[in-house]
Amino acid sequence: MPAVKLMVNGKPASGDVEDRTLLVQFLRDHLGLTGTHVGCDTSQCGACVVHIDGRAVKSCTVLVGQAAGANVTTIEGIARGDELHPMQAAFRDNHGLQCGFCTPGMIMSAIDIVNRHGGSVDEATVRHELEGNICRCTGYHNIVRSVLDAAGRMKVAQAAE
Amino acid sequence: MYATTYHRPSSVEEAASLFTKGTDARYLAGGHTLIPVMKQRLAAPSDVIDLAKIPSLVGIDVSADAVTIKGATTYYDIANNAQVRKVISALSNLTSTIGDPAVRYRGTIGGSIANNDPAADLPAAVVALNASVTTNKRSIAADDFFKGLFSTALDDGEIITAVTFPIPAQAAYAKFPHPASRFALTGVFVAKTKAGDVRAAVTGASQNGVMRVAAIEQALKANWSPSALDNLRIPDDGLTADIHGSAAYRANLIKVMAQRAVTAAS
Ligand SMILES: Cc1cc2nc3c(=O)[nH]c(=O)nc-3n(C[C@H](O)[C@H](O)[C@H](O)COP(=O)(O)OP(=O)(O)OC[C@H]3O[C@@H](n4cnc5c(N)ncnc54)[C@H](O)[C@@H]3O)c2cc1C
Ligand code: FES
Ligand code: FES
Repeated sequence: MPAVKLMVNGKPASGDVEDRTLLVQFLRDHLGLTGTHVGCDTSQCGACVVHIDGRAVKSCTVLVGQAAGANVTTIEGIARGDELHPMQAAFRDNHGLQCGFCTPGMIMSAIDIVNRHGGSVDEATVRHELEGNICRCTGYHNIVRSVLDAAGRMKVAQAAE
Repeated sequence: MYATTYHRPSSVEEAASLFTKGTDARYLAGGHTLIPVMKQRLAAPSDVIDLAKIPSLVGIDVSADAVTIKGATTYYDIANNAQVRKVISALSNLTSTIGDPAVRYRGTIGGSIANNDPAADLPAAVVALNASVTTNKRSIAADDFFKGLFSTALDDGEIITAVTFPIPAQAAYAKFPHPASRFALTGVFVAKTKAGDVRAAVTGASQNGVMRVAAIEQALKANWSPSALDNLRIPDDGLTADIHGSAAYRANLIKVMAQRAVTAAS
């Protein structure tokens, strides 16, 4: 394949890679963006979730060629400089992680949930919609609390803009 | 995953011609079956031909009597289409229960029915609503499309371009999801046509994949209510038995899910 080109976290990225390269391999091994994790590699766990054109998808189940020309956002691309994204800040404040392995995927899925359901999203919806993200540590309680807290913060931030 | 060559055609004709050029080519849509299977090395296509970016394969048309969904339209886009929800809410509800949100952003109607997993959800809708499957060569009636475990009437290289669902008078889908994968342990789609005919399609219960159940259809045609099925006993011959449930358990689930579907439809 000729060099694949896409936008990653707002910057052009390209690489000469084999066509069988998965998006997650491209991000981690070629761009060094190791924040996106591989938990299962079988499309079940959600540790690898990134946004492609604003949609939260499992990057272990996308060939990099399928993302050519797209805008990809990873966990490294959501803070504004030193200021954490409200979802990141809420995970920190609410003890939403223990080992942190699932956290990048959780945060990318959670931002998508709030984008789709708005800042007043309820707990049942958050629990239901996180079903593609698996955490071995927390029991989900503080993850859900973090998402609900962030949803409120994102609503306030949007209203201020 | 073995090496492969990725192609991104811009028309159905170009995709079909790339297919004939490959030694062992496969179409790729959402990739949420094919990529896992390639990673397991159970498939090793020489070429993968991406249908998902072909403009004529994406979109939904709603007319007075039918909903037409183009072949590479995602579950997310079906579930969130306001016109579909108005005329066949059962289809919106079904597509919003497939897998998880990330799966629904990628998986497509064409990929799901071409794959014909015996526990997939959409085949039940296609059969119960008596849809027709349009390909780049012909139109295939739902009853002729599904041919048992992972097989369909599609010829090698044939592309599903659209699925057309007649708008029913009433319809609903009830699914008992596998708690880990969300595939149907058993799911039943019931539909009553505007002419008063009833069709009931079951997925997840048989290794042969989606099937109609005549006894349910007759009982509901005589009396469209959950109580019409109270005394029905579904035989368990040929039903799937595995660690998740025995054949008798699935036979009972067929009845219970059919009753729930009728309740939801009414
Ligand atoms: C975690 C997870 C959970 C899931 N849960 C469910 C569930 O609850 N219910 C359910 O039904 N499914 C479920 N699935 C399967 C999912 O729906 C797949 O997306 C679907 O089976 C295949 O669709 P696709 O568009 O991804 O197709 P692909 O994987 O791209 O292709 C599948 C097959 O169809 C062929 N194909 C694709 N498009 C066409 C076309 N237009 N014409 C002809 N051939 C075509 C391909 O060549 C390939 O052989 C799940 C998958 C995952 C990973
Ligand atoms: S690594 Fe992609 S879903 Fe687990
Ligand atoms: S915090 Fe350890 S897996 Fe979720």
